[in-house]
Amino acid sequence: MRDKIIVVGESTGQNVHHVTYELSSKAAELAKKIDAKVIVLLPGYTINRIPIEKLFKTGADKVVVIDNENLKFLNDIHFVRNIEAFLKEESPKIVLTGATPQGRSIIPKLAIKLGAGLTADCTELDIEDGTNLLLQTRPAFGGNLMATIKTPNRLPQMATVRPKVFKINETYTKEVNIEYRNYIDGNSDIKIIEAVKSMEELINLADADIIVSGGRGLGKKENFSLIYELADKLGAAVGASRPTVDAEWISYAHQVGQTGTTVSPKIYFAIGISGAIQHQVGMKSSDYIIAINKDINAPIFNIADYGIVGDLFEVVPKLIKKL
Amino acid sequence: MNRVIVFIKQVPDTAELKIDPTTNTMIREGVPSIINPFDMYAIEEGIRIKEKWGDTEVVVVTMGPPQAETALREALSLGCDRAILLSDKKFAASDTYATSYILSCAVKKIGDYDVLITGKQASDGDTAQVGPGIASWLNIPSITYIRKIDEIRAGYAKVERMRNDGFDIIEVTGKFLMTVLKELNEPRIPSFRGKMAAKKAEIPIWSAEYLEADDGKIGFLGSPTRVVRAFSPPPKKGGIKVEGEDEETVNGLYNFLSENKML
Repeated sequence: MRDKIIVVGESTGQNVHHVTYELSSKAAELAKKIDAKVIVLLPGYTINRIPIEKLFKTGADKVVVIDNENLKFLNDIHFVRNIEAFLKEESPKIVLTGATPQGRSIIPKLAIKLGAGLTADCTELDIEDGTNLLLQTRPAFGGNLMATIKTPNRLPQMATVRPKVFKINETYTKEVNIEYRNYIDGNSDIKIIEAVKSMEELINLADADIIVSGGRGLGKKENFSLIYELADKLGAAVGASRPTVDAEWISYAHQVGQTGTTVSPKIYFAIGISGAIQHQVGMKSSDYIIAINKDINAPIFNIADYGIVGDLFEVVPKLIKKL
Repeated sequence: MNRVIVFIKQVPDTAELKIDPTTNTMIREGVPSIINPFDMYAIEEGIRIKEKWGDTEVVVVTMGPPQAETALREALSLGCDRAILLSDKKFAASDTYATSYILSCAVKKIGDYDVLITGKQASDGDTAQVGPGIASWLNIPSITYIRKIDEIRAGYAKVERMRNDGFDIIEVTGKFLMTVLKELNEPRIPSFRGKMAAKKAEIPIWSAEYLEADDGKIGFLGSPTRVVRAFSPPPKKGGIKVEGEDEETVNGLYNFLSENKML
């Protein structure tokens, strides 16, 4: 029997998360090197068929759907139970999942239950010549150190992968092969009473291609409107430095940095942010960093690809006007 | 609430990390150690639970070399009742699988508890795997990314978990583990009395043997993962820097963005 690479996917019912397509594309690439097949597992509730079918264009050989009301919300107990049963049945060589709140909550528990090796937040995956082992590269120390990790003697080899790291490759023409399965589930000591969608828009830092972040240089809470205006023009998410969150100018969900969220968008605008190391570790792996700050000595300029030393209240409105 | 166990990690202070400009590697020598920033919120929450219920014991646990005792003393100075250091040469090179196993052995040794708390992730490894891992070894539920606790008492809690696009309101019955975010609380400063008590406190060191840990699940040999190589990412250098705030300056930025296909 051919080896299996399994992608544990994510679905909200309506949609399949983009990281699932990214991982099925990457899995198909790895599968070629070790002659394996790619199975995407979709746990969820009332999952639409159209986004499932797209998985066969992004490299999946088969999709297994566990459609169960218990999986409507992210209930760790039900997710672990169902996915564990599935993985035990399939005995894959490799298991990949997104480094999302779902992946980062569920997979560490599964790795213990399966006695498997797990590497978090990978930004690169490859197959080692000769051994056919999965090489997993990940940042540590807020991106100051990279480590390549493998799991030599245990199976499966498990990894969570940062969203937006791998490109979606839609050139595959695999045959549609969807299977619905059910596993014995049971009670749960956890109950999700309500899943609240944030009323605030422009908050989803993890999924954003562009982030516009504001710092203390804004002077006061009201001036964040300038950040929102620029973000709106660019279709970007709004980020913030820790001092602005501590001063309650903006909510914690926007905080980028060591005690907030780590982000790696294509473009990161640091506006009125001096760039303390605690901020830098949360954003320095962004593709492009644009800094606007009136302090010529601000450390942010040491890592900015394009820096403007000037008054943000002059520069930002002019930029908004041009967009 | 009878007992809360808080797990912390001693980490190098990122604010003091320097990069050697010639080799582009991290300079670790002389970098002071601190309690992992997210764990400060875990300690604070443990103490708040004690203050609410009065009869709760807050036990703080870390695994590490003997000098990790400093982190435990700091936790005691903040108001934790008891500290335990898990330290043994056999623990060296444990990955998250082995580490969470060792910490779960400590929980079994400590005895009964109502809730386990730890920070979202450590600032050195950034894995966020050890918290849920401990819960898995103990077969209890874990709830990650907690930003608010609406209610907590022995055997019941109602909490809010942050998601990328909102939050979940979750009820949990029985023992559970939570990993916490900065939004949850504001850590206190140690009191003079706390500092004095922490200085005098005896901190027991628990070994692998004392924990009755399975040698096959700890340290290098008990760890499924192996680091093949560690390297420094290409240095991020400052690029273009222009002074000014007029139309021309802004045009320069606009052109940079368009030339690099960012718009």
